[in-house]
Amino acid sequence: MKITVCIGSSCHIKGSRPVVEQLQALIAENDLGDRIELGGTFCMGKCQQGVCVTVDGALFSVSPESVKEFFEKQVKAKLA
Amino acid sequence: MHKFDTKVQHLKYKVLREVARHAWNDTLMENVMDIPKAIVPGKVPTMRCCVYKERAILGERVKLAMGGGNSDNIIQVIDIACDDCPAVGYQVTESCRGCLAHRCEDVCKRGAISFDHKHEAHIDKTKCVECGMCAKVCPYSAIVNRKRPCQNACKIKAISINEDNAAKIDDEKCIQCGACVYQCPFGAISDKSFIINVIDMLKRSQDNSKYKVYALVAPAIGSQMNYVKLGQVITGIKKLGFYTVVEVALGGDMVAQTESRELVEKGFLTSSCCPAFVRYVKTAFPALAPYISHNMSPMATLAKYIKEHEENVKIVFIGPCTAKKAEVQLDSVKPYVDAAITFEELQALFDSRDIDLTTLEEATLDNASYFGRIFARSGGLSDAVAEALKEQQLDEFELKACTCDGIEECKAALMRKSRNALDANFIEGMACISGCIGGAGNLTHGEKNKAAVDQYGHEALEKTIADAVSMLK
Repeated sequence: MKITVCIGSSCHIKGSRPVVEQLQALIAENDLGDRIELGGTFCMGKCQQGVCVTVDGALFSVSPESVKEFFEKQVKAKLA
Repeated sequence: MHKFDTKVQHLKYKVLREVARHAWNDTLMENVMDIPKAIVPGKVPTMRCCVYKERAILGERVKLAMGGGNSDNIIQVIDIACDDCPAVGYQVTESCRGCLAHRCEDVCKRGAISFDHKHEAHIDKTKCVECGMCAKVCPYSAIVNRKRPCQNACKIKAISINEDNAAKIDDEKCIQCGACVYQCPFGAISDKSFIINVIDMLKRSQDNSKYKVYALVAPAIGSQMNYVKLGQVITGIKKLGFYTVVEVALGGDMVAQTESRELVEKGFLTSSCCPAFVRYVKTAFPALAPYISHNMSPMATLAKYIKEHEENVKIVFIGPCTAKKAEVQLDSVKPYVDAAITFEELQALFDSRDIDLTTLEEATLDNASYFGRIFARSGGLSDAVAEALKEQQLDEFELKACTCDGIEECKAALMRKSRNALDANFIEGMACISGCIGGAGNLTHGEKNKAAVDQYGHEALEKTIADAVSMLK
C-alpha cells in the first residue's frame, strides 16, 4: 500500500508534519513498515482539502486530529 | 510604474515584458524587429543622441532578453551602449584652491603630488598607485576618482577596456555576480535572460498536464515586491501557469544539516551556496577548491530531491541572482533545474500577462524554517550551520565562522587561508554585498531588506531545521 502525504505550503500550514509523524508512529506500532510505503509530495492540486493524503491514489482529507481514525478505517481495515 | 532602483532596470524590464508578451502570443519571431520602435516611438530622443541609436541599443537588449548575445557568458557588454567613461583614476579638479596646507602632498607616500605656479596640485600618473589617500585628506574634496563604474563594481578585476575604449569582460575571470550590470549607469552591461524558455515550458505543459512545472523561489523574495503581500506574489506565480511554488529555503535547511556534519568530519570548509563564490574559488584559488563543501547549492539540493521523488517535473528557479543562470548550465546541476530567472524578470512576466498582484488572493508559502530563510542575507548561513550543529548534538565542535560579505571580503579570507593565516574553520562566501538580498536580479535594494528577510524568517511555521527537514525522506 502506498500512502502519500502532501507536504506543500498549504497542507504544511494545516498540519502535514504532525500527520506524517503520527502516521509513522502508527505504522511502527502496528508493525506495518514492510507493507506500507509512506511518501510525500509538494502539491496534489487540492489545496482547499488539505491535509491531502492519498492511499493507492484515492484522495482523503486528513487533519492531525482525524489521522488516527483515518488510519484505522482507510489503512488498517484494508490491510487486515 | 513598479518600483525599481534605477531607470536602467526599468528600461530592461520594458524590453523583457515586450519580448514575453510576444512569446506568450507566439508572435515573437515576426515582431522581434519592431520591439525597439514600440519602446522608443516618435523622433525625440530621451536617452541618447538620437532615436536611431536608442533603438539600435534596444535591439541588442532584445537579443539578450531572448537568451542570445555574442558569447556564452551570461553577463555581456552591449558595446554600442557603453559610454566610454573616463578611466583616468585619481584626478585633481578645479575645486583645488591652491591652499597652503598641502595635506595631499604630505599623505602621498609615492611623491606623486606637485604644484604649479598657482599652487594648485597635480598628480604624476607615473608615480600614482591610485591609493586614494590624497582624495581622503583634501578639505575641499578637490581630488576625485574617475574610475569606470563597471570597473569599480568588479572587485575581482574582470573588466578592462578594449581597443575601441568600451568595457570588456574577461569571460574566464567573470563570476557572473552581476555587480557591473547593476552599477553601469548606461545599462551597457546586461545579463542574458531565459524567460522565453520558461514561457515555452509553461505553454507546452498544457496546464501542467504533460508535465508539472515547479517554481522554486529563493528566500530573498522576503525582501522583494513589498508593494503587495508575499502570498499575492505566490498566487501570481501560479497564475503564470506554474503547478506549485516551493521555497528554496527548504533546500537551505537541507544544506545546513548536511553541511554541518561535513564540517565536523573535515574540520574546515567553505560554503557552496553562492555560485559566484564557488566559481571564484575554483578560478582564482584552485588550491582551495577541495575545501568547497560537497553539498550542492540549496536550489540544486531541493531540485534534486523533487526530481528524485516526483515523476514528470520541470523546475524553474526564481531568485535575485544572475550567477544562478550559469549554475543551472553546469553538468552537475543541469539534470535538476531546467531554467533560472530573476525577480526582475518575474515582474516582467507578471506584466506581460497583465497580472495585477494587488488584486489577487493570498496563497501560502511555507516549507522551510527560519534558518533556511535567512540564507538570503549575509551571516544567515553561518547562523544556520551553528543551529544545525546544536540540533544534531554536534556542538562540541567549535564553529568559527568567517562571514564574508561581498566578494572583496571573500578574496581577503581566501588569501589568508592560502597563507594558513585564517583563524576560522568555516568560510561563508557570498559574492554580493549583504548576501542574496544584494543580488543584481533584485528589483530593489535597500537598508530595510535585511530586516524584511529576518521578518519573513520569523513567520515560518517551523522553528527548527530538523522539523523543516523531517518532512522529507
